[in-house]
Amino acid sequence: MTDRYDAIVIGAGHNGLVCSALLAKAGYKVLVLEANTQVGGAAVTREFAPGFSVSACAHLLYQLQPEVIRDLSLRVKFASEDMTTIALAADGKHIRMRGDSVEGVSDDDAASYRSFDKRMQRFAKLLRTYLNKTPPRLGTRKLRDLVTLARLGFDVRRLGKTEMREFFRLIGMNIHDEVDERFESPTLKGAICLDAILGTHLGPRSPNTILTYLYRLAGNGGQVAVPLGGMGSVADELASTARSAGVTIRTDMPVKRIVVDNGRVRGVETSSGESFESHNVISNADPKRTIFELLGARHVETGFARRIENIRMQGNAAKLHLALDGLPDIPGLMKKDFAERIVIAPDEHYVERAFNPVKYGACSPQPVIEMTFPSFRDSSLAPTGKHVLSAVVQYAPYASKDGWSDAARDTFLKDVIKTIAAYAPDIESRISASELLTPADIEREFHITGGHWHHGELTLDQFLFVRPVGGAAQYRMPIDGLYLCGAGAHPGGGISGAAGRNAAREILREKS
Amino acid sequence: MSPRSKHEVQQGRLRSPFHSRMQALDTLNTWHEWKGYTSPDALYCEDLEYFAIRNSTAVFDLTPMTKYRITGADAEAYLNRLLTRDMSKIAPGRVAYAVWCDDQGKVIDDGTIFHLRKGEYRLCSQERHYAWLLAAALGFDVSIEHETEDVAALAVQGPTSASVLRNLGVAGLDELKPFNLIHVDFQGEQLMVSRTGFTGDLGYELWITPDKAEALWDALFEAGRLHGIRAIGTTALEAARIEAGFLAAYHEFLPADETVRTGRSRSPLELGLDWLVDFKKPNFNGRRALAEEKRSGSTWRLVKLDIEGNKPAHNAYIYAKARGNRSEIGFITSAAWSPVCKQNIALGTVRTPHGKPGSTVWVEIYYQREMHWARKMAKATVVDKAFWFPPRRSAMPPGPY
Repeated sequence: MTDRYDAIVIGAGHNGLVCSALLAKAGYKVLVLEANTQVGGAAVTREFAPGFSVSACAHLLYQLQPEVIRDLSLRVKFASEDMTTIALAADGKHIRMRGDSVEGVSDDDAASYRSFDKRMQRFAKLLRTYLNKTPPRLGTRKLRDLVTLARLGFDVRRLGKTEMREFFRLIGMNIHDEVDERFESPTLKGAICLDAILGTHLGPRSPNTILTYLYRLAGNGGQVAVPLGGMGSVADELASTARSAGVTIRTDMPVKRIVVDNGRVRGVETSSGESFESHNVISNADPKRTIFELLGARHVETGFARRIENIRMQGNAAKLHLALDGLPDIPGLMKKDFAERIVIAPDEHYVERAFNPVKYGACSPQPVIEMTFPSFRDSSLAPTGKHVLSAVVQYAPYASKDGWSDAARDTFLKDVIKTIAAYAPDIESRISASELLTPADIEREFHITGGHWHHGELTLDQFLFVRPVGGAAQYRMPIDGLYLCGAGAHPGGGISGAAGRNAAREILREKS
Repeated sequence: MSPRSKHEVQQGRLRSPFHSRMQALDTLNTWHEWKGYTSPDALYCEDLEYFAIRNSTAVFDLTPMTKYRITGADAEAYLNRLLTRDMSKIAPGRVAYAVWCDDQGKVIDDGTIFHLRKGEYRLCSQERHYAWLLAAALGFDVSIEHETEDVAALAVQGPTSASVLRNLGVAGLDELKPFNLIHVDFQGEQLMVSRTGFTGDLGYELWITPDKAEALWDALFEAGRLHGIRAIGTTALEAARIEAGFLAAYHEFLPADETVRTGRSRSPLELGLDWLVDFKKPNFNGRRALAEEKRSGSTWRLVKLDIEGNKPAHNAYIYAKARGNRSEIGFITSAAWSPVCKQNIALGTVRTPHGKPGSTVWVEIYYQREMHWARKMAKATVVDKAFWFPPRRSAMPPGPY
């Protein structure tokens, strides 16, 4: 039996849900097919030990776009909002960062941070305008592209002569050189470096880490929040919005292939053998999976296939979940601090050294860690009096040189706990259960090639006009009827919904 | 260092398996480098060599030509995506002329594709394309092997070539149509004979393992002794190539992956190869761009020119008008005086809509006479057909000249 739809979305990740809801609101009959049992993709809350739940992949919300919230009238409740980042220092003199202020550093550093943040926010604001726009195509005479391009040039020029020069100086640069020039506090330098490299295969001295830092700020000025009920609540809200707009969402339905007939997309076929017909197939999967596994490289041209093949998307972020009998004792922190975002990156060299082994397929013996205790403000996640720790840990290689065996995972887990224990000495005695997802696990569980959050490294050569690759930056793949709506498309990853919204707008524009 | 990488370093020093035989016949000592091999411009006299092609039998060593072996379950599907023409129509035992394009629909190279046996192909071209062929193999079950060094090849071209091969003992020539190939036995080794060539005349190409190369050469020259068999170099072949109206990379087009500036590459439609582009295929490299070009019109057109006078129009500009406000519309890409046609011929590229068959254009020919330069505006007619296309080229069975 085959059903006909106006559009089929492959994958109920948050972008897929945003895209499907917007299409349904415009009158489309939309089907969403999700491989996993839960909707949300990397935005899910799930139980990892009896009674303990956690955001299984993405755990902090810092870029959900106001445009998406507005268009879909979303209601997202937060457990913590506008969180402070506490950067742990080896000597116990932790620093606290929020907005443009930083506490626990010298007056010089605090002033310097204010001006640094002001400039970065200004550049991030420029980027933000373009998160919610289809990138212009280069080398065409289409009026819309030319207008967007002229606008981009104008916006950059409007920064003023000095700031424009700074923008071009910084945009391809590395974060290490910039912070090293400005600050003296190693903890502050380390914390800023961590923000730039989280989720990437880049170290603080890698080019493009200013861009990744700006991207993080661009979504929401760098404000960090934790949704009530974990990230899954955002996905559930999106799914219910989509359903009430008329979208059919079917879970446990992995798509096996995109059906192509005579050079055009005709629908999809699931692993269970069911076929669904549609002239519009929108993939929330990453570009590599979409082209090589779902579509088949033979249906696109060689140059395009080669560009997709060459997308850099090796994830380095592992996800650690700990079930704790109680809050650990972290000398130098007060109890209320457990509601905040706590990072371990004591200095900029520490971060670079953590990056070194992963280049050769090994884990950092002393990793960089971003952790939260979501149960502190959200009792639904753990039994009374008990807590969960959710941490992003870098760097763990996607392709481990010895393969990801259970033993390799255990060794890395021990190193991670040891690293945390340096700041929270009693952590080990509090652990009742643990889960460590390596990038390889993230690939398997969330169907992201390379386990890379952004579905492709966020660097200038894979950004804006050339994201995911040149010739496909406007959400259309070079085969009629196939679109991309996930993080692999412009602007990139993070729970922002921008890619899904932009894709939906592009599809609707085309049909009107 | 492996023997292979050693060869790649020693550019211009590879010897074809026929080298000893060519050297024995060589009196001019004019050699050039061809894709790593040393290859003769001419061996004794380029004019006599040319006339061997048109009047008796010429033997040309084409071992240096790039050859790839393409095999695997998806070989046909792979080639159908790579090449612009419909490969499902090329049955085993057939050879086809083909071009391949990049995603922008610009020609990377042209060549011949041999369907050796079911699902087993050989792609021959002037340039090397291993990286591109491998990139095109993403998602296909095919294996691509560079076999230039593993196959010794000779072109045997000219009116008496069929008689020479009969003398050599090749059976089945009477049934061998143009663009067909057969496998026969030669001294216990397999010899492949295809009725193909680059001269536009009756002719064949012989393909054998390098071990048997010298034996084949000797037997061939023995068989052709009374049929005027001659070894030739590249200069004679080039003249014949232009008469036949065949394209050559770096003359009529630049391989698209070698161009830097926009507009310097050419599409198959701009090279008069529309007949090679099968839009009925749902996907092939360049399809989208070519379909768009077909809708909106091409920028360039390849023209065959019959030019007045006898001065070859090398490197000449082409104009729409001889005088007055004459802006240049294109240029000559290959030119020659054709002894066999008694015509001053050339291939050129002009901007559309100029260059329709039957129309007149003007060619600005510069030539030197005792050091001093002279200039001539020569009238030229755009012709439709190849300059040289004798009935014997496709006669069945081939004539016993």
